[in-house]
Amino acid sequence: MRVIRHIAVNVFKESVRDKVLYNLVVFAVLLISLSYLIGQLTAGQDMKIIKDLGLASISIFGLLIAIFIGIGLVWKEVERRSIYALLSKPMRRSELVLGKYCGLVLTLLINIAVMTIAFYALLAYINWVIDPAVRLSWPAPAVDPAMLKAIVLIVIELMLVTAIALFFSTFSSPFLSAILTIGIWVIGHFGADLRNFGGVVGSPVAAAVARGLYYVLPNFSAFDVKAQVVHGQAVPLGYVGLTSLYGLTYLALVLVGAVAIFSRRDFK
Amino acid sequence: MRTIVTIIALLAAVVGLQAMQERRQPLGLPPGATGNVLYVRSPEFMRRAALSYHALLADVYWIRAIQHYGGTKLTNDPSKQYDLLYPLLDLTTSLDPNFDIAYGFGSLFLAEPYPSGPGRPDLSIALLQKALRAQPDKWRFREDLGFIYYWWLNDYVTAADWFKRAGELPGAPNWLKPLAAVTLAQGGNVATSRTLWTEVFNTADQDWLRTQATFRLRQLDALDEIAALERVVEAYRARTGSLPRSWIDVIRAGYLTAPPADPAEYPLQLDSASGKVTLAGNSSLNPLPATTAPGAK
Repeated sequence: MRVIRHIAVNVFKESVRDKVLYNLVVFAVLLISLSYLIGQLTAGQDMKIIKDLGLASISIFGLLIAIFIGIGLVWKEVERRSIYALLSKPMRRSELVLGKYCGLVLTLLINIAVMTIAFYALLAYINWVIDPAVRLSWPAPAVDPAMLKAIVLIVIELMLVTAIALFFSTFSSPFLSAILTIGIWVIGHFGADLRNFGGVVGSPVAAAVARGLYYVLPNFSAFDVKAQVVHGQAVPLGYVGLTSLYGLTYLALVLVGAVAIFSRRDFK
Repeated sequence: MRTIVTIIALLAAVVGLQAMQERRQPLGLPPGATGNVLYVRSPEFMRRAALSYHALLADVYWIRAIQHYGGTKLTNDPSKQYDLLYPLLDLTTSLDPNFDIAYGFGSLFLAEPYPSGPGRPDLSIALLQKALRAQPDKWRFREDLGFIYYWWLNDYVTAADWFKRAGELPGAPNWLKPLAAVTLAQGGNVATSRTLWTEVFNTADQDWLRTQATFRLRQLDALDEIAALERVVEAYRARTGSLPRSWIDVIRAGYLTAPPADPAEYPLQLDSASGKVTLAGNSSLNPLPATTAPGAK
């Protein structure tokens, strides 16, 4: 555990030095702030668009960080040949992979925390300046703690995406890792179509394969409760708990796979 | 230093060229082409393409719908078209089925008569029926349907039915059931219309809707005024045996103290041949709704 912690802190420090990361976070905070202006175009729906844009920004920029840092995590060490120096140290290969993963997740959490604070600060400001009569028309309060449920699920989703990016980075180039990770992320949103494939095609084999893929591939659409929290609809804690458990179990599976591949990889 | 000067000079040149370009006559479109383009119209496709950002994409289409409606309404083009309004609203509400304001405002936009809107109450009804499929327990959509049938289609039986059905839902205001009864009994009279628009004004949380309700209430005031003036003209005829030639005759007879004006301060017109009173052609309250005032002809 100590080794994993050391590697994680190192990865975090390296990420903090990465200018691309700063640019992404600054851009996300700017976009969240700009949503206040964009909201003026929506005929009274400014609160809805501010919340939609804020949550989407946290999700999209988190995704960019997860993918574009995740795909290079292991590959960079291999490319720089520093992997030999690392593996000669008294640590297991699994500790290296898990340490890298934890470091990136720590980076992700801090960035999402910054974006979340900026988001809530904007909502608090709007709540303070707006006419009380307008506040009554909102389906949910401006500074709504229920949005944290959406953010928690975004975090779990991004942890899973990071694990997938890391998995691919253990054996392929950054470009291919990015394509594969994004591909899995996109396909993960079509779970309902895969599940209902049997109703569209006549072939039972194709329907069975689609159904199998539905269960095996990560179901990313389950993590999306942004629309529900914005509309003030209830998102049961049980749902958040079960979805989080699904996400954490799946990422554990992916990490085990990443460790297995990395452990068997020959760096000669 | 030289680099900075070069950059400033090039920037100034770019801005100047853009200003020159703006002054040139814009390139015309072929006849019949509106210039409005919506590349993707399929809600099913967009819902899939949006991945987990469908609510945000709904906001984008909603902004586009408002810009399209507002921009088209304000233009002076005699052949203006609102051809993208319904597809944009359909996309918005397909991406976010809980986007209540898109259904509510959208149905009002669609029903507005040309040139203020596309004049398509049938599309308003389609949009509100879609709203009811997504949220069957929302009384407001049933009320909005009743409103469309009442105000734009003058179908008072169907309107009364929708008001009644709205009134039966939990949370519905208690004036809906009596409104249904009055609508069924008296049809499209000014008093019922005034009740509807007053409720719209009182419950509207958007400035646009309050402005719209204020405008309609002023139209109803104009109808009341016209009805009252026609009774005055009739009284003049009963007394003198002929219709007045102008408002001056009515004033001289002591029925009025000044030439009458509508709530928007435009002079009302008297037809000396028929005794009918109408708005001035340039009155901002035109066209008046097809609603009868008490005692009107």
